[in-house]
Amino acid sequence: MAELDKRHAPHILSDRLLATVWATLVCLTAITIAVARIDLGFYNILAALSIATTKALLVIFFFMHMKYEHALLKWLLFLACVVLAIFIGLTFFDVAFRLQVRS
Amino acid sequence: MIEAHKDYAGAKLGMWLFLFTEVVLFGGLFLLYSAYLHRYHLDFHHAARNLDTFLGGANTIILITSSFFMAMSITALQLGRRGRCLGLLALTVLMALGFLANKAIEWWAKFEHGIFPGSEHLRALPQGEEIFYSLYFAMTGLHGIHVLLGVGILSFVMILVRRGRVRQEDFVILENSGLYWHLVDLIWIFLFPLFYLIT
Amino acid sequence: MSLTGIKAGASPRGFLSSPQDAGGLRSWIFSTDHKRIGLLYLACILTLFAAGVALGLIMRLKLITPGNDLLAPQTYNAVFTVHGVIMIFLVVIPSIPASFGNILLPLHIGAEDVSFPRLNLFSWWLYLTGAVVALVSIFTGSGAPDTGWTFYVPFSERTTTNVSVAVMAVFILGFSSILTGLNFITTIHQLRAPGMTWRRLSLFVWSLYATAWVQVLATPILGITVLLVFAERVLNLGLFDPGRGGDPLLYQHLFWIYSHPAVYIMILPAMGVISDIIPVFARKRIFGYNMIAFSSLTIASVGSLVWAHHMFTSGMSDLAVLVFSFLTFIVAVPSAIKIFNWLSTLYKGSIIVEPPLLFTLGFIWMFSVGGLTGLIQGAAGADIHVHDTYFIVAHFHYVIFGGTGLGMFAAMHFWFPKIFGRMYNRRTAAAAFWIILLGMNVLYFPMFILGLMGMPRRYYDYPAQFAQGQLISTVGSWILAMGLALMFYNLYAGVRRGAAAGPNPWGAATLEWTLPSPPPSGNFAEIPEVEKGPYDFAPDPRHD
Repeated sequence: MAELDKRHAPHILSDRLLATVWATLVCLTAITIAVARIDLGFYNILAALSIATTKALLVIFFFMHMKYEHALLKWLLFLACVVLAIFIGLTFFDVAFRLQVRS
Repeated sequence: MIEAHKDYAGAKLGMWLFLFTEVVLFGGLFLLYSAYLHRYHLDFHHAARNLDTFLGGANTIILITSSFFMAMSITALQLGRRGRCLGLLALTVLMALGFLANKAIEWWAKFEHGIFPGSEHLRALPQGEEIFYSLYFAMTGLHGIHVLLGVGILSFVMILVRRGRVRQEDFVILENSGLYWHLVDLIWIFLFPLFYLIT
Repeated sequence: MSLTGIKAGASPRGFLSSPQDAGGLRSWIFSTDHKRIGLLYLACILTLFAAGVALGLIMRLKLITPGNDLLAPQTYNAVFTVHGVIMIFLVVIPSIPASFGNILLPLHIGAEDVSFPRLNLFSWWLYLTGAVVALVSIFTGSGAPDTGWTFYVPFSERTTTNVSVAVMAVFILGFSSILTGLNFITTIHQLRAPGMTWRRLSLFVWSLYATAWVQVLATPILGITVLLVFAERVLNLGLFDPGRGGDPLLYQHLFWIYSHPAVYIMILPAMGVISDIIPVFARKRIFGYNMIAFSSLTIASVGSLVWAHHMFTSGMSDLAVLVFSFLTFIVAVPSAIKIFNWLSTLYKGSIIVEPPLLFTLGFIWMFSVGGLTGLIQGAAGADIHVHDTYFIVAHFHYVIFGGTGLGMFAAMHFWFPKIFGRMYNRRTAAAAFWIILLGMNVLYFPMFILGLMGMPRRYYDYPAQFAQGQLISTVGSWILAMGLALMFYNLYAGVRRGAAAGPNPWGAATLEWTLPSPPPSGNFAEIPEVEKGPYDFAPDPRHD
């Protein structure tokens, strides 16, 4: 009753696809550095994190083969990320709303 | 014996679960980072200016490229090209060492300027800047330890590939080591903008 | 090893005995058999439990009268710290999952072993290493840690006692716990026997599954937290030092992000044990199977959202107090669901009172008291008054010792004949149970009252108005110790000379009871085809 097929059916990624992903990642790195030089205030952080997330997803889905894995594994990854987001998010109920004595 | 029937999917599931724990481990530091960024955002901006975007960017490219070689080495082994796989793994390890060398130069320069945890120079700065540097050393340090572990793991896998214990028909160890290496890359993808680009 | 002395029954050979030329200690400490690893854990856990109990008894003895100076103040601080560290990290966290979980999980799902048997052995070795490092932290350096098991900053950064070594022990133990959780999740997903659908899993396995997720997703936070304490001490980072812009409350957040879900690592497996025992002795299918399984997952997930209720008086934001108080009340619901389902299972069942059921009923009583008093602290207004008093101490001993402890004892009495192939003296077991239950209540109930009267926890001395309650509490500790001694003696005697128990003395319906007792090394001769649920009992032989 295994959820994931025990037999091993490898999915072979072509070097070409991997190279495309690599090139995209390098471009995104250049973009994020360029964007950081424009002053957008709060949106700088937002832009940097969005680009980082895009890069992370590329690495996860192609380099780490997640695109070709069972849906269960994708859901579990999603769960782990949600848990981390909740840990950080709920802490902000304290951090962002605390009365601070500014020196 | 249990080894009689290998459960590839199970091994990979186990590896992913382990990666989740790594993500959450760093997550604790990201939590601290975000809380302190919220409190000291101006100080963080000031402090980040002293980090060398060029070195950080170079290291980003190095790690991304090493990840690329890692992924290609799996493809190579899947196609039965063992020599190519070994070559690509060697390149990956080389890149990792390059990353560490780069990091060492960067840290060394900081030490030269009297910037290290608890230094007098740091204590003279605004508190937020000191916190920024403490986080910088803690997070890049922990990441560096992971890079070092990755070098060890990948070198070990190279030996296994040479000896034929990891081969075209049985490469889950290579795949899982690759997953670990990509995770190290992933963490850096987030560390880079958070420390070098929030000027 | 005395255990290996047991005569092997009819073939196949039980897992306790080794082949002629391959016995001895090495065949245990290097075994990858999940049942042997489980027993290794059990032996270590019980040994350390005895150490923890001894420290508790010493503390109670010191507190018997006001002004008593049996221990020096610094020693007293070290004793309550070490009592906490041992009991939480070395006994209660691994308690049921690492011992009975290891022994039973593969048997319950019809597998040969866990997914990663060698990793399983490795986590036991890590556990042992952690235990040794913890001991080193007590006896070396400039004195045993004196921070309390919570290692709160900034004190833990500044105290000269051996905190750095102690937190490394906690880090290693956390890693061991993570590996066990990872192994269990993979095993449950991948190694279920044909026909063992998710809805045919025993509720014990469901609880292990929920627990394992908490172990995997919350424990790393503990890891990074204690690493940071270490780094603060050794590298002088200053991240939690208010004098340098750090925020000590963030330490508390990180610590409780793990340590509150850890409470569910402790209690969920015990709940699973209870859910498996009750239907057997009520001879009735469990009431509300789906809801119990579901509530395990709910407890694990909602339980991860309530950590800051340990911090109501810490000075965090009022909004956070409100939010976490609300979430805390929600987590009470799934726990209550379980209690109601257990009681409904007993209702109109044909109940046979045997020692495992007694311990189970004891669990329900103690856990209900502990759980309901927990709500008093969950209400932010009331918590202001009882925070950091004996009320808290009473509450968590009711839940952890009365809950997880009794759950563990219930498991010991329930699966004893399966593991050892022998039966203990049931009358003595019942007597031991009543003494333990009495002892626990005499020991801990006065603490509720002392707490409401204002007695703070972890204080070295107290004024005369608390003397009566403290005295009663100390007497309770003696009763409890006698009950524990009797119980363990009885079990030991059962291992040595109990009567043969047969494969299924209780008439239970989960898979492990289809095997001979003790189960053979490779578990099932053939991987079984599962065609019924875990609580579909055969016609009761006792009524034939």
